[in-house]
Amino acid sequence: MIIRLLLHFLLLAGLSPLLIGVITRTKAIIAGRQGAPLWQPYRDLRRLFGKDMVLSSTTTWVFRAGPVVGIAVPLIAALLIPFGAVGAPLSFSGDLVLFVYLFGLARFFTVLAALDTGSSFEGMGAAREATFSCLAEPTLFVAFIVLARISGSFTLDTMFKTLLANNLQTVYGVSLVLTAICLFIILLAENSRIPFDDPNTHLELTMIHEVMVLDHSGPDFGLILYGAAMKLMVMGTLVVNFIMPPSTGDLFVDAAFYTAALLALAVGIGLVESGMARLRLLKVPQLLIGTSLLSFFALVLLLR
Amino acid sequence: MNTPPNLILLFVILFNFFILGTSRLNTCIRSVALQGALLSLLPLFLHTLTFHTYLLAVGAFVLKGLLMPWLLFRAIRQVKIRREVEPRIGYIPTLLLGALTTAGAFIFGDRLPLLPEHLHSLFIPAALSTLAAGFLMLITRRKAIAQVLGYLMFENGIFIFGTLLAETMPFLVEMGVLLDMLVAIFVMGIVMHHINREFSTLNTEQLSLLRE
Repeated sequence: MIIRLLLHFLLLAGLSPLLIGVITRTKAIIAGRQGAPLWQPYRDLRRLFGKDMVLSSTTTWVFRAGPVVGIAVPLIAALLIPFGAVGAPLSFSGDLVLFVYLFGLARFFTVLAALDTGSSFEGMGAAREATFSCLAEPTLFVAFIVLARISGSFTLDTMFKTLLANNLQTVYGVSLVLTAICLFIILLAENSRIPFDDPNTHLELTMIHEVMVLDHSGPDFGLILYGAAMKLMVMGTLVVNFIMPPSTGDLFVDAAFYTAALLALAVGIGLVESGMARLRLLKVPQLLIGTSLLSFFALVLLLR
Repeated sequence: MNTPPNLILLFVILFNFFILGTSRLNTCIRSVALQGALLSLLPLFLHTLTFHTYLLAVGAFVLKGLLMPWLLFRAIRQVKIRREVEPRIGYIPTLLLGALTTAGAFIFGDRLPLLPEHLHSLFIPAALSTLAAGFLMLITRRKAIAQVLGYLMFENGIFIFGTLLAETMPFLVEMGVLLDMLVAIFVMGIVMHHINREFSTLNTEQLSLLRE
């Protein structure tokens, strides 16, 4: 139990910045550049944590709470889901609701922290984040309902662990593939990756997530980046779990498999980002609603 | 569920959503053509491979997959439209309506008194939802060319129904339907050309402005 808990934390804390590094590196290589080294995100974090912090005099404790909640939430949410064949350390019936709303909580605090600065620019970003995540949430729920229906369990651990790889050949296969696609799109939307938001721009009126954290600096900003990386990894785990092989029995071999799959997913995200342009802001709701309809369709296929 | 016909039908339904949601005319035409081409493979998987089924598949493929998109692309080149499809109600409401009709098609399809081998297959829901998506295209789009695409989707839905009966349905009837479509596209092409020449736009709402 303790070993599993430690393994979960170590994987999450150690691996998440590497994923960001892999995505950036993939994009650089596709674009014909050499790119930053893979461990650049770790260096960035160390640099940020070594800095001083400037706090605006108009802000209150809410502004400080945003980054803290932002990093605490992925840490807790990660405990609820299995990392490949490595089981979840914490699980109970109905934890899928907690999982979804934990991210809702993090979003709420990020938005509040952005509004707390009183900057209209950040308020705009907050409004966008709130709108788009509203549209993304139904998809996540419907996808979980599909999985719950197939596995007959409301525990994320059982939902993701027991069946997915085996069931691809059965009648559930189509619904599973559709659900996996939906979760991948939600992964891109929730982590403000390219079709929805460009993580590299910092001076555009179309950005969503980055605009909310403009006033954070130093260690607080480090916490935000680290939390975002962890969130990417947690959401990525949902997608990766669809293709994970059943447990080999050895905890560390399982963890190695999981790591490899996650890195492959990061390369995949990098490829998607290299191949697409960011959508016009008006089209984002359209794509998100289309995604929820897709997940809904997966559910209809399953229920008939 | 994972047999080739079912996968084809699934893609057809997904294409319905995609066509309803997309705003680009070129993408719309390509998707409708691809949908038709996919459907033309259906008789090959479904029935014993006789000359009849081969002819049906090849004929449908050439007409739906090659000739009609070529005609449509030619038409939009001639009337010089590159613009978007301009829905009468937005894309998102159209998509939602499409999802509702698809869900309805699934519910309704399961209640029909069908032959045992067709019960719980995807054929009836796919046919009904494609018909409904074609209807939605016809109702919600302003441009004449998008309405032609609606007709084509409509025909795709009828084709799915037709493949269920291909063994018993006379060959001439099937070919007749396809030829009708071809002629309809021709006529629509000419009509579009005329609308465009009279009003220098393809917006069908202009037609109601006609006075004596």
